Amino acid sequence: MKTKEEVIDVIFKSIEEFSQQNDVQLEAKVDTILFGSQSQLDSMDVVHLLVSIEENINSKFDTSISIADERAMSQKNSPFKTVSTLSEYILLLLNEQG
Amino acid sequence: MEKQIVLITGARKGIGRYLSEYYLSRFYIVIGCSRNNSDLNHENYEHYCLDVCDEVAVKNLFREIQKKFNRLDILINNAGIASMNHSLLTPVSTVKKVIDTNIVGTFIFSREAAKLMQKRKFGRIVNFSTVAVKLNLEGEAIYAASKAAINSLTHIMASELGGFGITVNAIGPTPVKTDLIRNVPADKIDKLLERQAIRRFGEPADVANVIDFFIKPESSFITGQIIYLGGI
Repeated sequence: MKTKEEVIDVIFKSIEEFSQQNDVQLEAKVDTILFGSQSQLDSMDVVHLLVSIEENINSKFDTSISIADERAMSQKNSPFKTVSTLSEYILLLLNEQG
Repeated sequence: MEKQIVLITGARKGIGRYLSEYYLSRFYIVIGCSRNNSDLNHENYEHYCLDVCDEVAVKNLFREIQKKFNRLDILINNAGIASMNHSLLTPVSTVKKVIDTNIVGTFIFSREAAKLMQKRKFGRIVNFSTVAVKLNLEGEAIYAASKAAINSLTHIMASELGGFGITVNAIGPTPVKTDLIRNVPADKIDKLLERQAIRRFGEPADVANVIDFFIKPESSFITGQIIYLGGI
């Protein structure tokens, strides 16, 4: 059974890699805002980061989840909003895949 | 120099099979896929059976590619189906099959390939359009519509993926003698060839020639383009 802490670790690693490769200093904290009007990321940054997180999650857990699935894209409150909400959503997807 | 890795959909027969053998002869590692098994045996060839519009199966394929090679350099979205019929006699089930294979399949493969390619900031995606789009070919309403969608997808994904180091282009073949046109009456084919500047069937080698141009490292500034054969 995967844990939220393991997922958050992968997200933090992805954020660190992303910050190094781009001209963005994003903090690796659970309440860091990733998406929405208060985020310091532009729309392309969000795409880059989410793709990177998805690849790292699938690599670590040997899974094939899609973070940007129909459920995520249709929710009123985006699961991508913060590191914490994203980790909860990813954990849900991982546990559904088994 | 490390071998480049190319993934070709619809690799079992026709143009896809030709391209597989062509790139193997040029020392690429070729990953092919189709709904059925392939009899192509080569140390640098791997075949996977799947339906291109099955998202789960496609994601699993890319998971395998990631584990085995940790990269993908080129994707050739060759898999496609057509169904020549007057629109008034075309069942919706046929419409859905054509859209699923031609549009959904191309989209899923392009999306998953781009996720892998962006890690190395290098990738080449080649889609398949058709002269039927430009010629507004009667009898090919759904096929041409699906490939018009591929044209649009090519343009837009080229813009979206440019920053990732990935180019996206398309080739629009004229009729090539494969199963795709097996059931098209000869007189209709002849009328189509008459509309070409160069009036002959396309050959798989003509297709490979254009793809070679798109995928070569020097073509890093060529993206969002659709090249039609035969002077259409």
